[in-house]
Amino acid sequence: MSQIHTLTMPKWGLSMSEGRVNAWLKAEGDTIAKGDEVLDVETDKISSSVEAPFSGTLRRCLAREDETLAVGALLAIVVEGDASDAEIDAVIACFQENFVPGGEDAADAGPQAQRIELDGRPLRYLERGTGGLPLVLIHGFSGDLDNWLFNHEALAAERRVIALDLPGHGQSGKTLATGDLAELGAAVLALLDHLDIPRAVLVGHSMGGAVALQLAQTAPQRVAGLVLIGSAGLGAEINGDYLEGFVAATSRNQLKGPVSLLFSDPGLVTRPLLEDLLKYKRLEGVDGALRQLAGNLFPNGRQAQVLREVLGGDLPALVIWGKADAIIPVQHAAGLPAAVQVERLDGQGHMVQMEAADRVNTLIHAFLSRCNA
Amino acid sequence: MARKISYQQAINEALEQEMRRDPTVFLMGEDNAGGAGAPGEQDAWGGVLGVTKGLYHKFPGRVLDTPLSEIGYVGAAVGAAARGTRPVCELMFVDFAGCCLDQILNQAAKFRYMFGGKAVTPLVLRTMVGAGLRAAAQHSQMLTAWWTHIPGLKVVCPATPYDAKGLLIQAIRDNDPVIFCEHKLLYGMQGEVPEESYAIPFGEASFLREGNDVSLITYGRMVHLAMEAAANLARQGVSCEVLDLRTTSPLDRDSILESVEKTGRAVVIDEANPRCSVATDIAALLAEQAFDDLRAPVQLVTAPHTPVPFSDALEDLYIPDAAKIERAVLKIAQGRQAA
Repeated sequence: MSQIHTLTMPKWGLSMSEGRVNAWLKAEGDTIAKGDEVLDVETDKISSSVEAPFSGTLRRCLAREDETLAVGALLAIVVEGDASDAEIDAVIACFQENFVPGGEDAADAGPQAQRIELDGRPLRYLERGTGGLPLVLIHGFSGDLDNWLFNHEALAAERRVIALDLPGHGQSGKTLATGDLAELGAAVLALLDHLDIPRAVLVGHSMGGAVALQLAQTAPQRVAGLVLIGSAGLGAEINGDYLEGFVAATSRNQLKGPVSLLFSDPGLVTRPLLEDLLKYKRLEGVDGALRQLAGNLFPNGRQAQVLREVLGGDLPALVIWGKADAIIPVQHAAGLPAAVQVERLDGQGHMVQMEAADRVNTLIHAFLSRCNA
Repeated sequence: MARKISYQQAINEALEQEMRRDPTVFLMGEDNAGGAGAPGEQDAWGGVLGVTKGLYHKFPGRVLDTPLSEIGYVGAAVGAAARGTRPVCELMFVDFAGCCLDQILNQAAKFRYMFGGKAVTPLVLRTMVGAGLRAAAQHSQMLTAWWTHIPGLKVVCPATPYDAKGLLIQAIRDNDPVIFCEHKLLYGMQGEVPEESYAIPFGEASFLREGNDVSLITYGRMVHLAMEAAANLARQGVSCEVLDLRTTSPLDRDSILESVEKTGRAVVIDEANPRCSVATDIAALLAEQAFDDLRAPVQLVTAPHTPVPFSDALEDLYIPDAAKIERAVLKIAQGRQAA
């Protein structure tokens, strides 16, 4: 049986309405597997690769290089099995006839982030996918749920995946009480309760990894597995200059140096990216929240809490690190118990889940089969 | 999805949040509260286009209607500011500035200097600017350059709901007189605006789009036409950077020079008349400080040197549009591949 798939312009982030095709990474006639990178696309905020959500033969590349296309526009035709050119032409004609570039409407389509009140504080989360053992994505210091832009949808193909804005971050409430891992972890647990999720696999990046470790320690019955990416909580070292520079920065140019440390490709640190970070930093309460968290968790450029012992037991754990991480050193991945799967990615920095999204998603997919509900 | 509200609601929210935060903030102007001679309680218009609607009831005694006498009430606001309050005074249309110019030019703008820093004037003068509402020659002008020319004033021209809120909050907290220019055609524009309070510092342009071939430098409503032109030009393979100045005084010279250093080509878009304008000011800056970076002459896209016409057809012709911007870009973008 054959199936004709349409590969369309993805939507990365709520504000994306169009993308520019930078380069085709596959050619017509190539066999592609699900998850393969097919082409590079650039938006005004970010550039990344489009992965095939299905396997098959790349029969038609419809978008030209350097062409700018609306979200949802047809990029390519991938065929599983056999299909005649006439059948493909018919699918293309039907698609083009029905496709309406959405503009503002497209920006509103797709899954919507929810904002709820938990323990008297607004909390934003975004849920995708259904079934399976749920996955919770926990961002790092000064991040938000958009840090999982290139992971969320791919991971949600076979399960329910929730990303949240931690207290003090994104569009959640900015006022912190104790401003420590316990408070951040309690917010994650409160969200799990709200969503009736008894057990989940926690995926934590950087400070979010320390939150996940803390939860595995204090509420082990709720945690079915841990994925720790460039994680805090596994050693004392952290780049204090980065933290200090990021917290103190009040302009685009002051922010550029610290933020460049996060990525292995400095070209990703665009001015729109910096402006989005400034927008967050200028919200009332954010400066105080960041200083409070940094002061409690990373005083004097050291991590206050090391939670390596959490990884000693039966809890399945996957640790992913960019070898060129300039924020938290990859050395923290050494010397962990043998049962912990450790993956060090060449040339990658701290934002490895964004810059090597495909590798990270594949590793997490494979790891999940080891976790039990 | 973040909350979306209009430019007008963003201004209203900034006023409300600052009035809650600081009891010395108050509003005054023609029809700010009641309007049309009504007492206010029953018939609160909240300004001629409803921008201050709802505040009269929330802040009793702090939203004041004034007589139809700009020289009187603007002068009162300048005095109140010098005496320690933070008035947000509304000059309904910027075109009426002639009636109160001395209060702004010779009083508000000079106090800090003439009193050796012993007096500050934390006044915000909110005012409607710009053409396109079929309001003819006396209610449609873009007089940004007037204010920008005067030392001692700060001049703000927000293009989006997000900027309108953050820049107005900064304007109210600022200790100098600020002319806050609201484009009447933008009031209905929707955009994402955080519920929290936030202040955007003055003198910081915003890069709305990154590009390599041509810098589009502009402010106010023209920002959206520049973005439209940039999107169209991208489909033709021309990559434009769009820079929204946000404030014309102070001016973010660094960002302008940084952008043109990269692209080597600049189109400055200004809704105002073309002589002695923000556009010519930026062209002069580029000629003086970026001459070696320029690979083509700076292009200016502005209104013509005429009053704003009353005829719909002529007014449409008067206001710069995306097509004019695209033509100006294409005129200097030729040969960019060879560069």
